[in-house]
Amino acid sequence: MFPTPIQKSGPVGRNLYRIGLPIALLVWLVPLLGVMMTAMRGPGDITAGNLWGVPSEWALFTNFNDVFTNTPMLQFIMNSFKITIPTMIGAVALSCMTGFALAAYRFKGNLALFFMFVAGNFIPFQILMIPVRDLTFQAGLYDTITGLVLFHVAFQTGFCTLFMRNFIRALPHELLEAARIDGASEFKIFWKIVLPLTRPAIAALCVLIFTFIWNDYFWATVLIQGNHAMPVTAGLKSLNGQWISAYHLVSAGSLVAAVPPVAMFFLMQKHFIAGLTLGASKG
Amino acid sequence: MSASNTSIAGTAQRRQSSWWRRHQARLTPMLFLAPGLIFFSIYVIYPIFQSISISFYEWDGLSPASYVGISNYVELMDDEQFYTALWNNVRWLVMFMLALPIGLGLALFLNQVVFGIRLIKSLFFFPFVISQVVIGLIFTWFYEPNYGIIAPLLELVGLEGWAILADEDYATYGIIVAGLYPQIAYCMILYLTGLNNISSDQIEAGRMDGAKGFQLFWHVILPQLRPATFIAMVVTVIGALRSFDMIAIMTQGGPWGSTNVLAYFMFEQALSEYGYRMGYGSAIATILFAIMLVYIMFFIYRMYRDEKRGL
Repeated sequence: MFPTPIQKSGPVGRNLYRIGLPIALLVWLVPLLGVMMTAMRGPGDITAGNLWGVPSEWALFTNFNDVFTNTPMLQFIMNSFKITIPTMIGAVALSCMTGFALAAYRFKGNLALFFMFVAGNFIPFQILMIPVRDLTFQAGLYDTITGLVLFHVAFQTGFCTLFMRNFIRALPHELLEAARIDGASEFKIFWKIVLPLTRPAIAALCVLIFTFIWNDYFWATVLIQGNHAMPVTAGLKSLNGQWISAYHLVSAGSLVAAVPPVAMFFLMQKHFIAGLTLGASKG
Repeated sequence: MSASNTSIAGTAQRRQSSWWRRHQARLTPMLFLAPGLIFFSIYVIYPIFQSISISFYEWDGLSPASYVGISNYVELMDDEQFYTALWNNVRWLVMFMLALPIGLGLALFLNQVVFGIRLIKSLFFFPFVISQVVIGLIFTWFYEPNYGIIAPLLELVGLEGWAILADEDYATYGIIVAGLYPQIAYCMILYLTGLNNISSDQIEAGRMDGAKGFQLFWHVILPQLRPATFIAMVVTVIGALRSFDMIAIMTQGGPWGSTNVLAYFMFEQALSEYGYRMGYGSAIATILFAIMLVYIMFFIYRMYRDEKRGL
């Protein structure tokens, strides 16, 4: 283990670490703590500049109530779910198949196709913006959740294919060979042998895609206009325009927008980190 | 008679199934690939070429486009906004690299086994999970000269009332700092995983040889963290060049275009009150794409090398 375990250092070092760790954490989280505290304040504290002191009134529920009743926040949240969950299912389903095809078979152009998926994943969104917007218009899907979901599914398939292909490739190849000798069809091999084994990869991808899509802002502004289909990121931005200097409301709204991905992260932490750090340990 | 009929039908069936059996191994991958590949081609691969082609046209998105050759690019070369945006991209790229050493530092600091360390690590990682829109809003408010959280700090150092985001010379740095916050968390988690995977044998061997502290870190640990460093570098470069959300939230490219980057500049030209100049926007996007392509090629080349070595 590196650095040397703190238990092996002297009492001074140990105590320094014991004190330093929470302080460092506190400093690191100042931006988030600030938001939480502000979400509890009334408007009076903000104009008076009381940002770190004890709130003069506890307005947490008033603020949340305000956010949910006077703004379309609830609608935005629902829209975000309606965009995020189908994308998650679609991209993972497609990439299970592409990943399997690229990992389990040798054929001409295999590596080239794989690299195409990988490269597509890194390109700037702006190079796709105009044609994708045009295509969505022409399909009559502009300003609809379906239009946004279709694009997200297609784009995320790139990353998911990279992930799935590498995961399936690391499975023991003998398993597939043995099944073939037993006369199993290729489809059966996919369905009965490969899919059950990729469960951890599917879980990791689901959390990652959920977070990526939930937090997407760019495509929401490009493909969505009205409140009826707007996800919470774009909604928050438009509300921010109305709430000039109403930081207690901005904070309450931000908290609401942040809860689902944060909950997802804490519930599925292991999978989330396994997915994100793919490739960081080997190579 | 009937017996021979059955046998013919049986042969036909057998022939059909043997045709499938013979070609199964070749056809299956194609069938599995088709849905994903079609989707990806329509929405990702083909639009790249479309965008490049649009960059040679003058087009408002509605009326017919007219071919103008390279005049969009010529105009770009004379556009001061373009150079500001390009220069800001360079600043993003350079400053964003700070996420690597800071992330590594945090990872080294947190790579201990003490009570509650798992929770502490995930709290450190927290900012990465939150939307950039939220982070952008938080920092905008932080920088607010009168009500903001850093207001008392500014007063302390005699910079009372300094509005960072309204200051042409410093606004970009203000946004980059906000962007670094989640990026550092990302690099930290990559390095924590890397540190976890270093074989303890090697560390012990290094220690036996008398290496300690910084020497051990530099000669034994850092080389072993190379895969983590590589991934961290790739995601940081891509993150820096993709910077859009923070700018859209915090300054909309202002004041006077001083915080613009190529990604936002393109959006502004093609899809905002500044007009619907699809051709000009596509030319900017093509240049951004060309810059990114250098990194993408580098990444693909490395993957290719590893694949060949693995086979």
